Amino acid sequence: MTVLDVIGLKKHYPINAGILRREVGRVRAVDGVSFSIAEGETLALVGESGCGKTTVSRCIVRAMKPTAGEIRFKPEPGREVDLATLGRGDLRGLRKHLQMIFQDPYSALNPRMLVGDIIAEPMLVAGVDPAERRGRVLELLDLVGMPAAARTRFPHAFSGGQRQRIGIARALAMNPKLVIADEPVSALDVSVQAQIVNLLLDLQDRLHLSMLFVAHDLSVVRHISDRVAVMYVGRIVEIAPTSALYVAPRHPYTEALLAAVPKPDPKLRGEREIPTGEVADPAHPPPGCAFHPRCPYVEAIFRDTPPPLAEVAPGRWAACHRTEVLALKGVA
Amino acid sequence: MRPIRMADRGQAILSVHDLAVQFPGDQYVVQALEAVSIDLQAGRVLGVVGESGCGKSVTARAILRILDHPGRIVGGRVVLDPGKPDEIDVTALARNDPRLLDIRGGRIGLIFQEPMTALSSHYTVGNQIIESVRRHSKLSTSAARDQAIKLLRDVGIPRAELRIDAYPFQLSGGLRQRVGIALALAGDPDILIADEPTTALDVTTQAQILALLRRLQRQRGLALMLITHDMGVIAEMADDVAVMYLGRIVEYAPVMELFAAPRHPYTRALLRSVPTILAAPRQRLATIGGAVPHPARRPTGCTFHPRCTEIIPGLCANEQPAPIAPGHAGASCFRVERALQEAAS
Repeated sequence: MTVLDVIGLKKHYPINAGILRREVGRVRAVDGVSFSIAEGETLALVGESGCGKTTVSRCIVRAMKPTAGEIRFKPEPGREVDLATLGRGDLRGLRKHLQMIFQDPYSALNPRMLVGDIIAEPMLVAGVDPAERRGRVLELLDLVGMPAAARTRFPHAFSGGQRQRIGIARALAMNPKLVIADEPVSALDVSVQAQIVNLLLDLQDRLHLSMLFVAHDLSVVRHISDRVAVMYVGRIVEIAPTSALYVAPRHPYTEALLAAVPKPDPKLRGEREIPTGEVADPAHPPPGCAFHPRCPYVEAIFRDTPPPLAEVAPGRWAACHRTEVLALKGVA
Repeated sequence: MRPIRMADRGQAILSVHDLAVQFPGDQYVVQALEAVSIDLQAGRVLGVVGESGCGKSVTARAILRILDHPGRIVGGRVVLDPGKPDEIDVTALARNDPRLLDIRGGRIGLIFQEPMTALSSHYTVGNQIIESVRRHSKLSTSAARDQAIKLLRDVGIPRAELRIDAYPFQLSGGLRQRVGIALALAGDPDILIADEPTTALDVTTQAQILALLRRLQRQRGLALMLITHDMGVIAEMADDVAVMYLGRIVEYAPVMELFAAPRHPYTRALLRSVPTILAAPRQRLATIGGAVPHPARRPTGCTFHPRCTEIIPGLCANEQPAPIAPGHAGASCFRVERALQEAAS
């Protein structure tokens, strides 16, 4: 059972120029992205800056309207809606089923509100009565490992890690069907990051959460996600179960990303291949396969025809012309 | 366990001895650094690692005497060319001493996390590098321009003879950081301090910039002080490592030793809590309880004791372990001291 099916999602921004502000080009921030999230599953969306991963998550919560495509969401059994086309009124009713955890715990919480009120706000919006709200706030604080006394204090009294816990409690207040976490641990120090990673793992187990985990850190992603989708210049280039993707990638870009991560072991120093070139500009993507100017396995055909995302093994998809013949290197 | 002498391996070209820095405020004084001692040696990379607020950037800024207001050095020395007849104590120089201006850029180059900190958006890349080249040499404008093009080529900027006339905002983040490195090298320094040079970059760009720093450091025999919060970057780059916590160095060791046998409880916990790309599915991380305290609320005794799982009752909460002596490796921890004493007796 899937909770979310994204089909052919596109978000283009017009480039206007001249005295008449005519459209002279388009930034294809997201250009035909499809994936599904099953119930209880965590899918990670990874890629470098500008690849479109945050734009995808913003389209799903409808912080922006997609240019094309479908976002089929199942908030309750037997009900399916297309988030891509819903109007404001219908969206409001769906908010409780779809919640976000943000990157920066300092700007995500209203500094003038008490922590208890911050956590209770989604319930207030949904019309839960006050007594039930109070009980639920205590339950949620306990769930994320915060003392009950926290509810009567303001966010500034807490450290970054504690604020992130408060943000998570707020996101879980209405038992959402899907949680979208956009870089939830990247602003935190290592020792605190570990606590939040563990908390998310516990919550996945206890609440059977379905989650879209947007991140650039491949190490954190390996700990947290069941499947991984790798994006490059607005498209998914590979999607696979986590271990399979890390051990035996099927797209040269995935291989390059894995090779680039510094391994925390000085004995492995100097063993890695260093990817060449820079991330392509989504306003002027290279023709054909967008990765071809940086790909060490490039052949002439890539410059003309973009490779489709095709199933290369059960549950594994890759968008590469040569995926069948390449023996790509992963990390053990 | 045995104490390791680090100074054996070569003469330091910059020695920091018992450096202390304070930021006085209205209500309290923040002790940003306390008894910090490090050595930088030609041809070697010192990695300085720690979480935010540990004092790693303050150390770099104190060495260059560019502390933000109201920070001030309240103790210790920063000695350039220690032991030589013309050694200079940088902390003793007046703020407007011309030697200080020669040292900045001419002896010690600085690379920032965000290259736009060092670059102006009003001048071309070339203008800024040429200015720095001429500040530290007697080259003519046209010779300095040739030197700037050579520097840009050296840091891997394609078509350097065209890019020299570009403005920084016309370049990508990766190219901009390469320009930042070229600018840091323009005065031909023999010491380079890089403060989180790849933190703002994507992972594939980070790999390229780290490789570039490594190559330049080897070719020029630079003493490189690399500040980072990332244990992966330390493992990749450092020869020696200083681990900092709340303004103190808690452990100082050669990199292989640090990863194979970390001594300080904080180092051990930090290494275990790093997420790894080699993780098993759904693998939990070891955590360090609590959070780094606010610098105004420094714990008594060993500053790590409230988060430490191995405290010695009655000791760690009351007394401070001795700082790591200049030129030596070791850990600033009562447990480690005791283990060393027991091994010796």
